[in-house]
Amino acid sequence: MINSTFFFNVLRFILLVLVQVLVFNNLNFFGYINPLVYILFLYWYPIKQNRTTFIVLCFLLGLFVDIFSDTLAINAAATVTIAYLRPTIMRFVFGVNYEFQSFKLNNSTKAQQFTFLALLIIIHHLAYFTLEIFSFSNSLLILQKTFTVGISTLILCILFSTLFSSKKE
Amino acid sequence: MQQIINFLIRYKTFLLYLFLLLISLVFTFQSHSYHQSKFLNSSNFITGSIYSFSDNITSYFNLREENNSLVEENKRLRDKLFNNVQLSGITIDTASVDYEVIRGRVINNSYADQRNYVTINKGQNDSIAQDMGVITDKGILGIVENTSANFSTVQSILSKKSNINAKIKNSNHFGSLVWGNTQDYNIVQLIDIPRLVPLTIGDTIVTGAMSSIFPENIPIGTIKRFDLDNSKSFYFIDVELFNDMTNIGNVYIIKNLNRKEVLQLEAETEANDQ
Repeated sequence: MINSTFFFNVLRFILLVLVQVLVFNNLNFFGYINPLVYILFLYWYPIKQNRTTFIVLCFLLGLFVDIFSDTLAINAAATVTIAYLRPTIMRFVFGVNYEFQSFKLNNSTKAQQFTFLALLIIIHHLAYFTLEIFSFSNSLLILQKTFTVGISTLILCILFSTLFSSKKE
Repeated sequence: MQQIINFLIRYKTFLLYLFLLLISLVFTFQSHSYHQSKFLNSSNFITGSIYSFSDNITSYFNLREENNSLVEENKRLRDKLFNNVQLSGITIDTASVDYEVIRGRVINNSYADQRNYVTINKGQNDSIAQDMGVITDKGILGIVENTSANFSTVQSILSKKSNINAKIKNSNHFGSLVWGNTQDYNIVQLIDIPRLVPLTIGDTIVTGAMSSIFPENIPIGTIKRFDLDNSKSFYFIDVELFNDMTNIGNVYIIKNLNRKEVLQLEAETEANDQ
Protein backbone atom coordinates (compact mmCIF):
# COMPACT_ATOMS: atom_id res chain seq x y z
CA MET A 1 0.00 0.00 0.00
CA ILE A 2 2.71 2.43 1.05
CA ASN A 3 4.80 1.29 -1.87
CA SER A 4 2.08 1.95 -4.40
CA THR A 5 1.41 5.45 -3.00
CA PHE A 6 5.10 6.18 -3.12
CA PHE A 7 5.37 4.87 -6.66
CA PHE A 8 2.41 6.92 -7.85
CA ASN A 9 3.81 10.07 -6.31
CA VAL A 10 7.21 9.60 -7.92
CA LEU A 11 5.58 8.95 -11.28
CA ARG A 12 3.34 12.00 -10.85
CA PHE A 13 6.38 14.10 -9.89
CA ILE A 14 8.30 13.14 -13.05
CA LEU A 15 5.32 13.46 -15.37
CA LEU A 16 4.31 16.86 -13.98
CA VAL A 17 7.86 18.23 -14.39
CA LEU A 18 8.05 16.93 -17.98
CA VAL A 19 4.59 18.21 -18.91
CA GLN A 20 5.42 21.58 -17.38
CA VAL A 21 8.76 22.11 -19.12
CA LEU A 22 8.02 20.47 -22.47
CA VAL A 23 4.43 21.59 -23.04
CA PHE A 24 3.29 24.42 -20.81
CA ASN A 25 6.53 26.41 -20.75
CA ASN A 26 6.22 26.72 -24.53
CA LEU A 27 2.58 27.71 -24.59
CA ASN A 28 3.14 31.50 -24.48
CA PHE A 29 -0.56 32.23 -24.80
CA PHE A 30 -1.03 35.98 -25.59
CA GLY A 31 2.75 36.23 -25.59
CA TYR A 32 3.44 35.62 -21.92
CA ILE A 33 0.92 33.28 -20.28
CA ASN A 34 2.62 30.03 -19.32
CA PRO A 35 0.41 28.15 -16.84
CA LEU A 36 2.28 26.51 -13.97
CA VAL A 37 0.38 23.22 -13.83
CA TYR A 38 2.94 21.41 -11.67
CA ILE A 39 1.14 22.91 -8.66
CA LEU A 40 -1.28 19.99 -9.04
CA PHE A 41 1.33 17.88 -7.25
CA LEU A 42 0.55 19.76 -4.05
CA TYR A 43 -3.16 19.45 -4.67
CA TRP A 44 -3.00 15.69 -5.21
CA TYR A 45 -0.41 14.78 -2.59
CA PRO A 46 -1.89 12.62 0.22
CA ILE A 47 -2.81 14.56 3.32
CA LYS A 48 -1.73 12.02 5.90
CA GLN A 49 1.93 11.95 4.91
CA ASN A 50 4.98 13.17 6.80
CA ARG A 51 5.15 16.94 6.50
CA THR A 52 8.94 17.16 6.37
CA THR A 53 9.14 14.82 3.37
CA PHE A 54 6.38 16.78 1.69
CA ILE A 55 8.20 20.11 2.02
CA VAL A 56 11.49 18.66 0.79
CA LEU A 57 9.70 17.01 -2.16
CA CYS A 58 8.03 20.27 -3.11
CA PHE A 59 11.35 22.08 -2.92
CA LEU A 60 12.85 19.52 -5.30
CA LEU A 61 9.83 19.82 -7.60
CA GLY A 62 10.29 23.58 -7.86
CA LEU A 63 14.03 23.21 -8.28
CA PHE A 64 13.68 20.75 -11.18
CA VAL A 65 11.27 23.07 -12.98
CA ASP A 66 13.75 25.90 -12.32
CA ILE A 67 16.71 24.03 -13.76
CA PHE A 68 14.77 23.24 -16.91
CA SER A 69 13.38 26.71 -17.45
CA ASP A 70 16.46 28.74 -16.33
CA THR A 71 14.48 30.68 -13.76
CA LEU A 72 17.15 30.61 -11.00
CA ALA A 73 15.30 29.25 -7.94
CA ILE A 74 12.06 31.22 -8.16
CA ASN A 75 9.80 28.20 -8.61
CA ALA A 76 11.48 26.44 -5.70
CA ALA A 77 10.88 29.40 -3.37
CA ALA A 78 7.23 29.78 -4.38
CA THR A 79 6.51 26.05 -4.19
CA VAL A 80 8.14 25.54 -0.81
CA THR A 81 6.04 28.45 0.49
CA ILE A 82 2.72 26.88 -0.48
CA ALA A 83 3.97 23.49 0.72
CA TYR A 84 4.52 25.01 4.14
CA LEU A 85 1.21 26.87 4.10
CA ARG A 86 -0.86 23.92 2.82
CA PRO A 87 -2.11 22.70 6.25
CA THR A 88 -3.15 26.25 7.14
CA ILE A 89 -5.00 26.64 3.85
CA MET A 90 -6.68 23.26 4.33
CA ARG A 91 -7.81 24.16 7.82
CA PHE A 92 -9.20 27.41 6.44
CA VAL A 93 -11.05 25.71 3.57
CA PHE A 94 -12.22 22.42 5.08
CA GLY A 95 -12.49 23.44 8.73
CA VAL A 96 -11.31 20.99 11.41
CA ASN A 97 -12.74 18.13 9.34
CA TYR A 98 -9.56 17.50 7.46
CA GLU A 99 -7.70 16.31 10.53
CA PHE A 100 -9.89 13.20 10.83
CA GLN A 101 -8.58 9.92 9.50
CA SER A 102 -11.55 9.44 7.19
CA PHE A 103 -11.14 12.75 5.40
CA LYS A 104 -10.51 12.52 1.64
CA LEU A 105 -10.29 15.28 -0.93
CA ASN A 106 -12.91 13.52 -3.03
CA ASN A 107 -15.41 13.59 -0.17
CA SER A 108 -15.40 17.36 0.09
CA THR A 109 -17.69 19.57 -1.96
CA LYS A 110 -16.74 20.93 -5.36
CA ALA A 111 -16.71 24.46 -3.97
CA GLN A 112 -14.22 23.47 -1.28
CA GLN A 113 -11.92 21.76 -3.77
CA PHE A 114 -12.08 24.80 -6.00
CA THR A 115 -11.26 27.23 -3.17
CA PHE A 116 -8.39 25.05 -2.00
CA LEU A 117 -6.87 24.92 -5.49
CA ALA A 118 -7.46 28.63 -6.11
CA LEU A 119 -5.78 29.64 -2.83
CA LEU A 120 -2.75 27.45 -3.58
CA ILE A 121 -2.45 29.03 -7.02
CA ILE A 122 -2.90 32.64 -5.87
CA ILE A 123 -0.25 32.41 -3.14
CA HIS A 124 2.17 30.54 -5.39
CA HIS A 125 1.82 32.97 -8.30
CA LEU A 126 2.06 36.01 -6.08
CA ALA A 127 5.33 34.74 -4.59
CA TYR A 128 6.57 33.65 -8.02
CA PHE A 129 5.97 36.92 -9.86
CA THR A 130 7.12 39.07 -6.93
CA LEU A 131 10.45 37.27 -7.03
CA GLU A 132 10.63 37.25 -10.81
CA ILE A 133 9.91 40.93 -11.38
CA PHE A 134 11.34 42.03 -8.03
CA SER A 135 10.53 45.72 -7.99
CA PHE A 136 7.78 47.50 -6.15
CA SER A 137 7.44 50.11 -8.86
CA ASN A 138 6.06 47.31 -11.01
CA SER A 139 3.54 46.03 -8.46
CA LEU A 140 0.73 46.53 -10.96
CA LEU A 141 2.54 44.24 -13.39
CA ILE A 142 2.96 41.66 -10.62
CA LEU A 143 -0.77 41.73 -9.88
CA GLN A 144 -1.68 41.64 -13.55
CA LYS A 145 0.55 38.63 -14.21
CA THR A 146 -0.62 36.86 -11.05
CA PHE A 147 -4.21 37.33 -12.15
CA THR A 148 -3.92 36.36 -15.82
CA VAL A 149 -1.49 33.47 -15.41
CA GLY A 150 -3.35 32.37 -12.27
CA ILE A 151 -6.66 32.13 -14.14
CA SER A 152 -5.10 30.04 -16.88
CA THR A 153 -3.37 27.77 -14.34
CA LEU A 154 -6.65 27.35 -12.45
CA ILE A 155 -8.59 26.39 -15.58
CA LEU A 156 -5.96 23.87 -16.67
CA CYS A 157 -5.60 22.42 -13.18
CA ILE A 158 -9.37 21.91 -12.92
CA LEU A 159 -9.37 20.22 -16.33
CA PHE A 160 -6.49 17.95 -15.33
CA SER A 161 -7.95 17.07 -11.94
CA THR A 162 -11.28 16.16 -13.55
CA LEU A 163 -9.52 14.14 -16.23
CA PHE A 164 -7.32 12.16 -13.85
CA SER A 165 -9.70 12.01 -10.93
CA SER A 166 -9.02 8.96 -8.77
CA LYS A 167 -12.75 8.34 -8.41
CA LYS A 168 -13.77 6.55 -11.60
CA GLU A 169 -17.49 5.94 -11.50
CA MET B 1 20.13 22.67 26.17
CA GLN B 2 17.03 20.53 26.65
CA GLN B 3 14.91 23.56 25.89
CA ILE B 4 16.78 24.38 22.73
CA ILE B 5 16.30 20.83 21.47
CA ASN B 6 12.62 20.95 22.41
CA PHE B 7 12.29 24.21 20.55
CA LEU B 8 13.99 22.75 17.48
CA ILE B 9 11.74 19.70 17.51
CA ARG B 10 8.59 21.73 17.96
CA TYR B 11 9.37 24.12 15.13
CA LYS B 12 11.20 21.70 12.85
CA THR B 13 8.79 22.13 9.93
CA PHE B 14 8.99 25.89 10.13
CA LEU B 15 12.77 25.84 10.41
CA LEU B 16 13.00 23.45 7.47
CA TYR B 17 10.78 25.80 5.47
CA LEU B 18 12.94 28.80 6.35
CA PHE B 19 16.07 26.89 5.46
CA LEU B 20 14.80 25.79 2.04
CA LEU B 21 13.39 29.24 1.31
CA LEU B 22 16.74 30.77 2.20
CA ILE B 23 18.56 28.40 -0.16
CA SER B 24 16.30 29.31 -3.05
CA LEU B 25 16.55 33.03 -2.29
CA VAL B 26 20.34 32.83 -2.18
CA PHE B 27 20.34 31.05 -5.55
CA THR B 28 18.01 33.70 -6.92
CA PHE B 29 19.81 36.79 -5.68
CA GLN B 30 23.40 35.75 -6.23
CA SER B 31 22.62 35.57 -9.93
CA HIS B 32 21.05 39.03 -10.05
CA SER B 33 24.67 40.03 -10.43
CA TYR B 34 26.39 39.48 -13.74
CA HIS B 35 26.34 35.75 -14.35
CA GLN B 36 23.64 33.14 -14.10
CA SER B 37 23.92 30.53 -11.38
CA LYS B 38 26.50 27.87 -12.12
CA PHE B 39 24.28 24.98 -10.97
CA LEU B 40 20.77 26.02 -11.85
CA ASN B 41 20.81 26.23 -15.59
CA SER B 42 19.56 24.07 -18.41
CA SER B 43 22.97 23.41 -19.97
CA ASN B 44 23.54 20.26 -17.89
CA PHE B 45 23.43 16.72 -19.21
CA ILE B 46 19.92 15.67 -18.13
CA THR B 47 18.00 18.77 -19.18
CA GLY B 48 20.08 19.09 -22.33
CA SER B 49 19.32 15.52 -23.40
CA ILE B 50 15.60 15.87 -22.69
CA TYR B 51 15.41 19.14 -24.60
CA SER B 52 17.32 17.80 -27.59
CA PHE B 53 15.06 14.72 -27.62
CA SER B 54 12.01 16.96 -27.69
CA ASP B 55 13.62 19.20 -30.33
CA ASN B 56 14.29 16.12 -32.48
CA ILE B 57 10.55 15.62 -32.70
CA THR B 58 9.30 19.18 -32.97
CA SER B 59 11.98 20.43 -35.39
CA TYR B 60 10.24 18.54 -38.24
CA PHE B 61 7.28 20.86 -38.09
CA ASN B 62 9.10 23.89 -39.44
CA LEU B 63 11.66 22.30 -41.72
CA ARG B 64 10.28 24.09 -44.77
CA GLU B 65 10.52 27.50 -43.14
CA GLU B 66 13.98 26.69 -41.87
CA ASN B 67 15.07 25.65 -45.39
CA ASN B 68 13.71 28.83 -46.92
CA SER B 69 15.61 31.01 -44.50
CA LEU B 70 18.84 29.10 -45.13
CA VAL B 71 18.42 29.37 -48.92
CA GLU B 72 17.71 33.07 -48.50
CA GLU B 73 20.93 33.48 -46.54
CA ASN B 74 22.90 31.48 -49.12
CA LYS B 75 21.54 33.76 -51.81
CA ARG B 76 22.68 36.84 -49.90
CA LEU B 77 26.14 35.39 -49.39
CA ARG B 78 26.40 34.39 -53.08
CA ASP B 79 25.40 37.90 -54.12
CA LYS B 80 28.29 39.20 -52.09
CA LEU B 81 30.66 36.58 -53.46
CA PHE B 82 29.89 37.22 -57.13
CA ASN B 83 30.18 40.98 -56.75
CA ASN B 84 33.51 40.67 -55.08
CA VAL B 85 35.53 38.81 -57.70
CA GLN B 86 39.04 39.47 -56.44
CA LEU B 87 38.19 37.74 -53.18
CA SER B 88 37.93 34.30 -54.74
CA GLY B 89 41.54 34.37 -55.89
CA ILE B 90 43.02 34.91 -52.46
CA THR B 91 43.51 31.93 -50.21
CA ILE B 92 42.56 32.86 -46.70
CA ASP B 93 45.48 32.93 -44.31
CA THR B 94 44.30 31.26 -41.09
CA ALA B 95 46.71 33.34 -39.02
CA SER B 96 44.92 36.55 -39.95
CA VAL B 97 41.39 35.31 -39.21
CA ASP B 98 39.70 37.28 -36.43
CA TYR B 99 36.50 35.34 -35.98
CA GLU B 100 35.56 31.70 -36.06
CA VAL B 101 31.97 30.62 -36.63
CA ILE B 102 30.45 27.49 -35.12
CA ARG B 103 26.97 26.35 -36.05
CA GLY B 104 24.41 25.18 -33.48
CA ARG B 105 20.73 24.53 -32.98
CA VAL B 106 18.33 25.98 -30.44
CA ILE B 107 16.77 23.20 -28.37
CA ASN B 108 14.91 25.36 -25.87
CA ASN B 109 13.79 28.96 -26.14
CA SER B 110 12.00 31.31 -23.76
CA TYR B 111 10.82 34.89 -24.27
CA ALA B 112 8.04 35.44 -21.74
CA ASP B 113 10.18 35.88 -18.61
CA GLN B 114 12.14 38.85 -17.34
CA ARG B 115 15.48 37.17 -17.95
CA ASN B 116 15.22 34.87 -20.91
CA TYR B 117 17.65 32.11 -21.77
CA VAL B 118 18.05 29.96 -24.86
CA THR B 119 19.60 26.49 -24.70
CA ILE B 120 21.71 25.33 -27.68
CA ASN B 121 23.11 21.92 -28.54
CA LYS B 122 26.82 22.85 -28.64
CA GLY B 123 29.11 22.93 -25.62
CA GLN B 124 32.71 22.77 -24.47
CA ASN B 125 33.39 19.80 -26.78
CA ASP B 126 32.72 22.12 -29.71
CA SER B 127 34.99 24.77 -28.11
CA ILE B 128 32.14 26.98 -26.94
CA ALA B 129 33.03 29.16 -23.95
CA GLN B 130 31.38 31.85 -21.88
CA ASP B 131 30.86 35.29 -23.49
CA MET B 132 30.77 34.20 -27.12
CA GLY B 133 28.23 35.94 -29.32
CA VAL B 134 25.29 34.03 -30.80
CA ILE B 135 23.54 35.21 -33.98
CA THR B 136 20.99 33.86 -36.44
CA ASP B 137 20.92 34.46 -40.17
CA LYS B 138 18.73 37.55 -39.54
CA GLY B 139 20.38 39.19 -36.56
CA ILE B 140 21.81 38.88 -33.08
CA LEU B 141 20.35 36.54 -30.48
CA GLY B 142 22.48 36.76 -27.32
CA ILE B 143 25.66 35.87 -25.46
CA VAL B 144 26.77 32.43 -24.19
CA GLU B 145 26.46 32.29 -20.44
CA ASN B 146 27.05 28.73 -19.20
CA THR B 147 28.47 25.69 -20.93
CA SER B 148 28.56 21.97 -20.23
CA ALA B 149 30.22 19.25 -22.31
CA ASN B 150 27.55 19.20 -25.01
CA PHE B 151 25.14 22.07 -24.31
CA SER B 152 25.19 25.78 -23.48
CA THR B 153 22.73 28.36 -22.25
CA VAL B 154 22.61 31.72 -24.01
CA GLN B 155 21.46 34.91 -22.34
CA SER B 156 19.00 36.26 -24.86
CA ILE B 157 18.91 39.98 -25.75
CA LEU B 158 15.46 39.76 -24.17
CA SER B 159 16.90 39.95 -20.67
CA LYS B 160 16.97 42.69 -18.08
CA LYS B 161 20.70 41.98 -17.69
CA SER B 162 21.52 42.25 -21.37
CA ASN B 163 23.57 45.25 -22.47
CA ILE B 164 25.09 45.22 -25.95
CA ASN B 165 27.02 47.87 -27.83
CA ALA B 166 25.08 48.96 -30.91
CA LYS B 167 25.19 51.78 -33.44
CA ILE B 168 23.29 53.28 -36.32
CA LYS B 169 24.31 51.73 -39.61
CA ASN B 170 26.80 53.74 -41.69
CA SER B 171 27.61 56.07 -38.82
CA ASN B 172 29.71 55.78 -35.71
CA HIS B 173 27.18 56.99 -33.17
CA PHE B 174 26.94 54.16 -30.69
CA GLY B 175 24.74 53.43 -27.71
CA SER B 176 23.64 50.55 -25.51
CA LEU B 177 21.01 48.03 -26.50
CA VAL B 178 18.83 47.07 -23.51
CA TRP B 179 15.44 45.46 -22.97
CA GLY B 180 13.40 47.97 -20.99
CA ASN B 181 9.80 47.12 -21.69
CA THR B 182 9.84 43.50 -20.64
CA GLN B 183 6.36 42.83 -22.01
CA ASP B 184 7.17 43.10 -25.69
CA TYR B 185 9.45 40.45 -27.16
CA ASN B 186 9.88 42.07 -30.58
CA ILE B 187 11.10 45.44 -29.37
CA VAL B 188 14.37 46.32 -27.63
CA GLN B 189 15.62 49.79 -26.69
CA LEU B 190 18.72 51.65 -27.81
CA ILE B 191 19.79 54.30 -25.31
CA ASP B 192 22.62 56.84 -24.97
CA ILE B 193 22.50 58.11 -28.57
CA PRO B 194 23.13 61.89 -28.38
CA ARG B 195 20.30 64.15 -29.62
CA LEU B 196 22.41 65.78 -32.29
CA VAL B 197 22.35 62.57 -34.33
CA PRO B 198 19.88 62.75 -37.22
CA LEU B 199 17.47 59.81 -36.98
CA THR B 200 14.71 58.54 -39.25
CA ILE B 201 12.13 55.89 -38.54
CA GLY B 202 13.20 52.75 -40.37
CA ASP B 203 16.96 53.32 -39.94
CA THR B 204 18.90 50.09 -39.41
CA ILE B 205 20.64 49.38 -36.12
CA VAL B 206 23.72 47.14 -36.16
CA THR B 207 26.25 45.98 -33.58
CA GLY B 208 29.03 48.42 -32.76
CA ALA B 209 32.78 48.00 -32.87
CA MET B 210 33.30 48.47 -29.14
CA SER B 211 32.27 44.95 -28.24
CA SER B 212 34.79 42.16 -27.97
CA ILE B 213 31.96 39.67 -28.36
CA PHE B 214 30.25 40.52 -31.63
CA PRO B 215 31.92 41.59 -34.87
CA GLU B 216 30.89 45.00 -36.17
CA ASN B 217 27.84 45.47 -38.42
CA ILE B 218 25.73 42.47 -37.49
CA PRO B 219 22.11 43.51 -38.09
CA ILE B 220 19.86 43.98 -35.06
CA GLY B 221 16.68 45.73 -36.18
CA THR B 222 15.10 48.93 -37.44
CA ILE B 223 14.04 52.09 -35.58
CA LYS B 224 10.33 51.93 -34.84
CA ARG B 225 9.92 55.01 -32.68
CA PHE B 226 12.27 57.48 -31.00
CA ASP B 227 11.96 60.09 -28.32
CA LEU B 228 14.21 62.13 -26.03
CA ASP B 229 14.81 60.67 -22.57
CA ASN B 230 14.34 62.49 -19.25
CA SER B 231 17.60 64.40 -19.44
CA LYS B 232 16.57 65.70 -22.91
CA SER B 233 20.07 65.17 -24.25
CA PHE B 234 19.88 61.54 -25.35
CA TYR B 235 17.49 59.59 -27.51
CA PHE B 236 15.42 56.68 -26.27
CA ILE B 237 14.89 54.51 -29.35
CA ASP B 238 12.53 51.57 -29.79
CA VAL B 239 14.15 49.03 -32.11
CA GLU B 240 12.06 46.42 -33.85
CA LEU B 241 14.13 43.23 -34.10
CA PHE B 242 14.82 41.51 -37.42
CA ASN B 243 14.72 38.18 -35.58
CA ASP B 244 11.42 36.64 -34.72
CA MET B 245 12.43 35.74 -31.17
CA THR B 246 9.60 33.23 -30.90
CA ASN B 247 10.84 31.13 -33.79
CA ILE B 248 14.56 30.39 -33.79
CA GLY B 249 16.16 27.24 -35.16
CA ASN B 250 19.70 27.33 -36.46
CA VAL B 251 22.21 29.72 -34.91
CA TYR B 252 25.85 30.64 -35.37
CA ILE B 253 28.19 31.05 -32.43
CA ILE B 254 30.98 33.55 -32.97
CA LYS B 255 34.36 33.07 -31.39
CA ASN B 256 36.48 36.20 -31.33
CA LEU B 257 40.08 34.98 -31.50
CA ASN B 258 41.42 38.34 -30.35
CA ARG B 259 39.15 38.67 -27.34
CA LYS B 260 41.71 37.46 -24.82
CA GLU B 261 44.27 39.96 -26.08
CA VAL B 262 41.78 42.84 -26.03
CA LEU B 263 40.61 42.05 -22.50
CA GLN B 264 44.15 41.65 -21.22
CA LEU B 265 45.18 44.96 -22.72
CA GLU B 266 42.16 46.72 -21.24
CA ALA B 267 42.82 45.21 -17.81
CA GLU B 268 46.47 46.29 -17.93
CA THR B 269 45.52 49.82 -18.92
CA GLU B 270 43.06 50.02 -16.08
CA ALA B 271 45.60 48.68 -13.60
CA ASN B 272 48.19 51.26 -14.70
CA ASP B 273 45.62 53.98 -14.29
CA GLN B 274 45.35 53.52 -10.58
